[in-house]
Amino acid sequence: MSNIIIFGATSAIARACTRDWIAAGHNLFLVGRNADKLEIMRTDLLARSTQGQVVEIATADLNDFSTHEPLYAKAAEVLGMPDTVLVAHGSLPDQKACEASVDLTMCEIRTNALSVISLATLAANLFEPRREGTIAVIGSVAGDRGRQSNYVYGAAKGMVDIFLQGLRNRLAKASITVLTIKPGFVDTPMTAHIPTKGALWATPNDIGQGIIHAVNHKRDVVYLPWFWRIIMLIIRFIPEAIFKRLSL
Amino acid sequence: MRDDIRSWNRLPTVGHRHVLEVRTRNDRLPLPPGDETCIPFGNGRSYGDVCLNPGATVLRTRALDHLIAFDRACGRVTCESGMLLADLLELVVPQGWFPAATPGTRFVTLGGCVANDVHGKNHHDTGSFGNHVRSFELLRSDGQRLTCSAEHNADWFAATIGGLGLTGLITQVTFDLLPVSNPFMITQGYRFATLDEFWRLNACAEREWPYTVAWIDCTRHSGRGILFAGQHAPPQPELPPWKDHHRDVPVDLPFSCINSLSLRVFNEVYYRQKLPRGRHLTHYVPYFYPLDAVKNWNRIYGTRGFYQYQCVLPPQVSADGIADMMRQIAGSGMGSFLAVLKTFGSRPASGMLSFPRPGATLALDFPNLGEKTLRLLNRLDSIVASSGGALYPAKDARMSGAMFRRGFPQWEKMLAFIDPRFSSGFWRRVNEPEG
Ligand SMILES: Cc1cc2nc3c(=O)[nH]c(=O)nc-3n(C[C@H](O)[C@H](O)[C@H](O)COP(=O)(O)OP(=O)(O)OC[C@H]3O[C@@H](n4cnc5c(N)ncnc54)[C@H](O)[C@@H]3O)c2cc1C
Ligand SMILES: NC(=O)c1ccc[n+]([C@@H]2O[C@H](COP(=O)([O-])OP(=O)(O)OC[C@H]3O[C@@H](n4cnc5c(N)ncnc54)[C@H](OP(=O)(O)O)[C@@H]3O)[C@@H](O)[C@H]2O)c1
Repeated sequence: MSNIIIFGATSAIARACTRDWIAAGHNLFLVGRNADKLEIMRTDLLARSTQGQVVEIATADLNDFSTHEPLYAKAAEVLGMPDTVLVAHGSLPDQKACEASVDLTMCEIRTNALSVISLATLAANLFEPRREGTIAVIGSVAGDRGRQSNYVYGAAKGMVDIFLQGLRNRLAKASITVLTIKPGFVDTPMTAHIPTKGALWATPNDIGQGIIHAVNHKRDVVYLPWFWRIIMLIIRFIPEAIFKRLSL
Repeated sequence: MRDDIRSWNRLPTVGHRHVLEVRTRNDRLPLPPGDETCIPFGNGRSYGDVCLNPGATVLRTRALDHLIAFDRACGRVTCESGMLLADLLELVVPQGWFPAATPGTRFVTLGGCVANDVHGKNHHDTGSFGNHVRSFELLRSDGQRLTCSAEHNADWFAATIGGLGLTGLITQVTFDLLPVSNPFMITQGYRFATLDEFWRLNACAEREWPYTVAWIDCTRHSGRGILFAGQHAPPQPELPPWKDHHRDVPVDLPFSCINSLSLRVFNEVYYRQKLPRGRHLTHYVPYFYPLDAVKNWNRIYGTRGFYQYQCVLPPQVSADGIADMMRQIAGSGMGSFLAVLKTFGSRPASGMLSFPRPGATLALDFPNLGEKTLRLLNRLDSIVASSGGALYPAKDARMSGAMFRRGFPQWEKMLAFIDPRFSSGFWRRVNEPEG
């Protein structure tokens, strides 16, 4: 039985993970910023649980870093020592609006990169002395290469990617798993404004299954679904001189 | 206009001005601007336009997929209305419970099950879905929340079960499950060569089995077919292994694979299938949901879509009426791929517009060949109308207002409960002044 903390627990992808985790008998600590949604989730997960597990919730705006340490303390208090952390919160910025506003750009970087780095740092320091634990973070294929249509988001996810590479390297000696999850297009509230969804789109459930599998198998980096690894390989391969002229 | 919201038979193809998501059960109802109307859209497994609202708004409910309570001791569950039956099954079957009524696909939402008051192969034994609903919450466009049950707001309860989504949004529903010992069914198939033989077989089977349904060969007048009977398996010393296999029709076919030749071949092969001798164990998934094994099977009918046609005829005239319909269909050469015949029991339905009622129900599907298909369906209509029968709105994209009013005499009583901001393609069609 694991004790799992989920940041951004109300995200569609994280929610899919929580359902598998509750069925597998784990205890969950859900962090989000919407108390009503969290309460609905908690009721749902408790009704699903069959082994008298603990499901606790906490509300926080994760852009306020001062909430982070107390959240870990609270989780340890209600669950016992956590052994898995999933960082799932994020926002998909309006790229055009970011171009017009430095403040908005910084705010998006804060949500999608800085807050994640803060949470991952604290998790690392919690797990390192105990020499066990899993830190799973949802990045994105968008972090693999900057594109004109969403480079603020891409830059933030890219920063997280490199940060986690370093963290993984540091924590490998302590046998701690650092998992970078890179989903492609997923049909969630974040992408609800995009009307037609073609063959490349996955459901939050598909991604959730992929995350559970990757956590259970202590993987380092996963593309979800798998074919994005190939697509991104090709995209990364295109020389910059050509890439800069493309309208991707 | 968005053209990506479709029902299962892909007919009619319509544009929607707004597609709004209902995010949580406690939120206010998202409403389109002005006085534009909306209709809840569950999982679009209806065959027609009860879940569509051309030129206006659909409210997507799938985000409402949370469990609220599950009493494992008495088998009573409360869940949000956008939860899929498939998800519910995964939760309750391992705990020894099963939905009291289930349609032939598990990819329907519970809101859809209430709003169409769906029935299953056990109607003669157990009634329809609405018979097992204890209560639900109805959210109206003016913000009112009504808790409805047979005791409280009883008239709203009756208007909303089978109410085609017109009375407001069902946010959550509480219903009772049936106890089962394991996920398996005991089943038996009986081949019959004529309709007369079917009626005899069926009368016996209904006394013995809680689940019965027959497939009939529509390419022939005789009405040959196979009756499939089933019951939940009692405790077993050992259960066979079972794994769900999926196939997919991955792309839209530009044309229909269903034509008179493929129909003849399919029906011949299907009739001659080897039936295991006597009773045998079958997992509940292939037993109840054989079509779910092929994801997107509706694509085999091509981009023009297809019509479902499901009617019910009163008991006294069932045999003659069904025989008459079979003659019309076989004669037209447009036989149906899957013709399903079953008898409903006498348990009264809970809804004003509920479709199930005593008699025999026949469900058919026809590729959309335009006028030719519609002419056949009109001929079938006249048989249904003259027998005093009704058509199933969940499977309809074309019935006339007259046909609807005949089949659903309580329609006028229903009017008082319709939410002023709710409407659907179906509802406007059957309420159009006849011209
Ligand atoms: C392969 C197959 C087999 C089938 N077999 C059967 C069968 O054996 N018996 C049977 O009865 N039916 C059967 N059906 C039809 C199906 O069960 C019904 O059409 C069902 O209502 C579809 O559910 P849905 O969630 O997809 O709803 P939709 O098709 O999206 O909507 C159906 C109706 O429910 C309303 N609705 C949906 N959610 C809500 C809500 N939250 N609040 C208020 N109204 C709501 C909609 O407005 C609409 O009027 C079958 C369909 C298929 C595809
Ligand atoms: N959808 C895709 O195509 C896609 C592709 C690649 C990667 N991803 C990543 O997958 C993760 C999950 O996203 P999703 O697709 O599941 O979308 P989602 O359902 O919209 O989830 C985003 C979540 O982040 C939360 N959040 C945002 N800012 C926050 C803050 N400051 N403090 C606390 N919580 C905050 C939101 O909370 P509220 O519920 O309160 O709004 C929401 O639960 C994100 O990291 C996203 O970048 C998504």
